[in-house]
Amino acid sequence: MQVYLPIAEVSVNAFLLLGIGGLVGILSGMFGVGGGFLITPLLFFIGIPPAVAVATSTNQVVASSFSALLAHLKRKTVDMVMGTVLLIGGLIGSALGVLLFSYLRSLGQVDLLVQLCYVLFLGVIGALMFVESLNAIRRANKPGARITRRKHGWVHNLPIKMKFRVSGLYISVIPPILVGMFVGVLAAIMGVGGGFIMVPAMIYLLGMPTKVVIGTSLFQIIFVAGFTTVLHATTNHSVDVVLALLLLIGGVIGAQFGTRLGVRMKAEQLRILLATLVLGVCLKLAIDLLIKPTELYSLTAGM
Amino acid sequence: MIRFIAFLLICALPAHAEEEIVLGLSQDQVAITATFEGSDILVFGAVKRETPIPDKSELGVIVTIAGPDQPVDIWRKDRRVGIWINTDEVEVDAAPSFYAVATSAPMRDVLHHVEDLQYRITTPRTIKAIGGQVSDSVAFMNALIRIRTDEGLYQRLEGAIDLEEDTLFRTAITLPANLTEGTYEARIFLTRNGRVIDEYRTEIPVRKVGLERWLYNLAHNYALLYGLMSLAIAVGAGWGASAIFGMLRR
Repeated sequence: MQVYLPIAEVSVNAFLLLGIGGLVGILSGMFGVGGGFLITPLLFFIGIPPAVAVATSTNQVVASSFSALLAHLKRKTVDMVMGTVLLIGGLIGSALGVLLFSYLRSLGQVDLLVQLCYVLFLGVIGALMFVESLNAIRRANKPGARITRRKHGWVHNLPIKMKFRVSGLYISVIPPILVGMFVGVLAAIMGVGGGFIMVPAMIYLLGMPTKVVIGTSLFQIIFVAGFTTVLHATTNHSVDVVLALLLLIGGVIGAQFGTRLGVRMKAEQLRILLATLVLGVCLKLAIDLLIKPTELYSLTAGM
Repeated sequence: MIRFIAFLLICALPAHAEEEIVLGLSQDQVAITATFEGSDILVFGAVKRETPIPDKSELGVIVTIAGPDQPVDIWRKDRRVGIWINTDEVEVDAAPSFYAVATSAPMRDVLHHVEDLQYRITTPRTIKAIGGQVSDSVAFMNALIRIRTDEGLYQRLEGAIDLEEDTLFRTAITLPANLTEGTYEARIFLTRNGRVIDEYRTEIPVRKVGLERWLYNLAHNYALLYGLMSLAIAVGAGWGASAIFGMLRR
């Protein structure tokens, strides 16, 4: 069934959009990533104009993340205090990111920068997570091997300490705010919610338990993505509500399944899957940059 | 004064008015609805003449349909430090968002290139003012035509017009689903030995209607409201799915 999208001004298959939404929703529920890093390239691929794809996927991220968050709230795996601290950093960061983005656009080559950002961050984070999870699985398989507890590093010696009861942490608010800001900047430049950076940062940098990390990440993503959606709608008029609706019907259903799948799996398995996925997307983007494209020319039609 | 205007009008008419086009279109407007999948426009007509059919020269019919003009940037990638990036850019002031040209015989038989220059009939002639700091702007123009042809936006339909008894003609032109809104212009040319002897123009408005129109207007005129509405739908759908699944589990 073909549907004509009023803002994107293209006609696409409705079931294809439902499928893409569903796939990304499953990932969103399982890993606590918004799925922006996956849905945006997929939308480009089916011929949605880039500006519309970026703006609309942030709206879709809000929906699937909200659905997944509710499931996490019921299981009490959301650290609201930590989420709020991260969010404060995130909003400051995304405002800075928008400024940086328009500056880079004035220099040209902003597309290239976005692609390089993707390759760099997805590659580094994917590789780190992959190695770490492999080690964790190996440790778990060796009976009698002692699980070494993380040492208290510099993160734990900073001032303004706060108690994060759900995460079982007593640390300074400075690292979470910095993490939030950093993710906010990247989110604005790369047009994603930032979950795929947020999740590993919370696990490895802040030392939060994996089960709490996902719900907390979703909590923060909803607000950042919502903020971005409204920003895109008012400045670029590029949010396509029909496209978003089709994606999010698939997305919210997928997210519910994803959350249930995530509960059944071990934390290490979950992490190694996410790492593989992140590395896969990274590889695809890197190949696009390195291999001679079949069509050297591209068009951008002005309005 | 009136005589002068009348004189101008007579001059403006094509020189040979012995053969004229009488035209019909299967639809005089295109409505883009939510389930728009593209549209076929049937162009049909007849050659009206007072005198017998001249048998010394070849009669040709050309039909063009053009979408609204848009500026276009054409980028070309090149390898820099091992990666492929956009390096050269050419800006086109105006290129039609859609262009189909159908003929009753091979293009070179029905159209003289001087007439093409004057009436801008073939696709390259419809693209105006290419500018940029490159030496091979022709390659960029060809790329524009190639990419749009692949998308079905530019069509060259040589010999697609049925011309019967040098009098009746008909052709169908397919408008793809990825249409831009605007006023489309249909032109029909009658040629003899490649020279244009009559020309007929008509407009085909292509408009979004119903829900599509309403959403488009809302997004542009009440952007904040539209953004908040999108957010509300997102949150509502997220909550709804969660609630339904919660009930199903019990």
